Amino acid sequence: MAGKTLYDKLWDAHVVRDSGDGAVLIYIDRHLVHEVTSPQAFEGLRLAGRKLWRKAANLATPDHNVPTTPTERHGGVAAIADPVSRLQVQTLDQNCQEFGITEFSMNDPRQGIVHVIGPEEGATLPGMTVVCGDSHTSTHGAFGALAFGIGTSEVEHVLATQCLLQKKSKAMRIRVEGAAPAGVTAKDIVLAIIGEIGTAGGTGYAIEFAGQAIRDLSMEGRMTLCNMAIEAGARAGMVAVDQTTIDYVKGRPWAPKADLWEQAVADWRTLHSDADAVFDKEIVIEAAGIKPQVTWGTSPEMVVAVDARVPDPAHESDSVKREGMKAALAYMGLEANTPITEIQIDKAFIGSCTNSRIEDLRAAAAVAKNRRVADSVKLALVVPGSGLVKKQAEEEGLDKIFIEAGFEWREPGCSMCLAMNADRLEPGERCASTSNRNFEGRQGQGGRTHLVSPTMAAAAAIAGHFVDVRDL
Amino acid sequence: MEKFEKLTGIVMPMDRPNVDTDAIIPKQFLKSIKRTGFGPNLFDEWRYLDQGEPDADNSRRPLNPDFVLNQERYQGAKILLARENFGCGSSREHAPWALADYGFRVIIAPSFADIFFNNCFKNGLLPIVLDEKTVDDLFREIDATPGYALRVDLETQIITKPDGGEISFEVDEFRKYCLLNGLDDIGMTLQHVDDIRAYEARRQQEAPWLF
Repeated sequence: MAGKTLYDKLWDAHVVRDSGDGAVLIYIDRHLVHEVTSPQAFEGLRLAGRKLWRKAANLATPDHNVPTTPTERHGGVAAIADPVSRLQVQTLDQNCQEFGITEFSMNDPRQGIVHVIGPEEGATLPGMTVVCGDSHTSTHGAFGALAFGIGTSEVEHVLATQCLLQKKSKAMRIRVEGAAPAGVTAKDIVLAIIGEIGTAGGTGYAIEFAGQAIRDLSMEGRMTLCNMAIEAGARAGMVAVDQTTIDYVKGRPWAPKADLWEQAVADWRTLHSDADAVFDKEIVIEAAGIKPQVTWGTSPEMVVAVDARVPDPAHESDSVKREGMKAALAYMGLEANTPITEIQIDKAFIGSCTNSRIEDLRAAAAVAKNRRVADSVKLALVVPGSGLVKKQAEEEGLDKIFIEAGFEWREPGCSMCLAMNADRLEPGERCASTSNRNFEGRQGQGGRTHLVSPTMAAAAAIAGHFVDVRDL
Repeated sequence: MEKFEKLTGIVMPMDRPNVDTDAIIPKQFLKSIKRTGFGPNLFDEWRYLDQGEPDADNSRRPLNPDFVLNQERYQGAKILLARENFGCGSSREHAPWALADYGFRVIIAPSFADIFFNNCFKNGLLPIVLDEKTVDDLFREIDATPGYALRVDLETQIITKPDGGEISFEVDEFRKYCLLNGLDDIGMTLQHVDDIRAYEARRQQEAPWLF
């Protein structure tokens, strides 16, 4: 019999009941909760008179809606200007209180984007099943965990039963072989993968990322990579546990201690695919060929290297794709064959669950240091992923570097990744963004998003247009 | 959950791939703490010419006459015909809530994004995967035939065309059973409380750091 994939091992360890009709009951170790996708789930529990199954498995924080300007933030929840957002944040506070769930509320120093604080607290551990009513839950797969996003009905299901009914996915392995060239980050690797397999390439699969370029990544880099597995269509992305994983987890507040730590580490070291494991699909990409990436369209698969030109729909033979490209170029206000480096930007956004961790901020600050944001750029935002990331960055003086260069230094939250708060693009504005989705209207109605790495976003803010960060 | 057995309805075509859940229901409407009322903001950015806000009176907003949802011939549509990777992106269940609230009960496409597909079944919406050729044919037939309607029977897993032609479709046994009976997943899972407790007890021995 063939060996097991990492996904098989994680799945098998969590099967509660398999009735053989295609829906397997699996156990959920960690449930992360935020204000946008949970109110209807708590309401559902109340209406049905159901109890929370296991309080300690849940961790909540408001992130999508919270304001990021220091003035609005420091007044507390009552001072959130948008009454609809305020009510949603208050509702989360009330629900967590009523059901006894640990919440890092808006001005708690540990508050932040759920996908940043889970790992930061050690609430995300190797071998766990981690879910959240947010598609970017795939982030936590970086720890050798099975992590995926769920809808609100499933949020309610987890709250009530600590389980989910799931169908097992197929297994895909993407090996990125060789060392990544200098200047190429985890964001470039994952965008290049999405460009190669498409936004539906991973649909129906759980993706394991492997190969030297992946093993070489820090945990921050692996989180960036797994975060965007969903942009390749895969609900879950994952990376095998190694020493990098274990070193990151050690000593975090929710991580096991003393004897339990030793016992856990012994178990975690088995969390890799067996040498003879068979995958339903295997893809190999050479890291040496990857360059810094920039998206040009309205889907993350519409991506090219920074030294390329905007593609020409005339060269696309598939008619559905060709029409899609034309519509994307019209929305983006771009001409085919324009060099990427000639595209001017209006705003820059460094943040989101993809790229707001300390390593991202260090990399962007290194580019910003002793330089100035171009006069033509109306706003360059840096939004740390959590209060603790912000504190660490300030201890290292990164905030000063950004501020001196003309960036705004904000309070933690999802911010302009999805523009549920006041941070947004106006119609027609063009943004170099470290977030994960360049969909129409994602950063504000009529806004035009180009996805890039933190260094590429910082470099674009300074030049006023895209530049190859390797040339700096 | 509302049961789904069979229905006959007008089919509205949405001829573009990768329709994401941000397009189905834009972010500003996600601030609601309710499950209902999203229908008037379904496809908001494509449907209206102005910028939508949660407290706006949608009946007074200028409609985009070019958008398919606003065309006379598709009024009252219950079936949506889409292209590949429909429902990609954000996990927001507000997307199926908005589609169902508007009146759609069936979505047909060559492929769906996983989370969206799953969310549909929790809300009495039936997503049907058909091969690209069949979907292409349907797009052509709809275009040529005002009032084009399909009959969808979940029990027999058959779609009947206006000319009497039949298309069979696949659906998971468990999901079919839940939809046909309008069953609540949570109630079903809670019938297995003993299994969950037994799992927890065993797991606590094997991996105590998880508890």
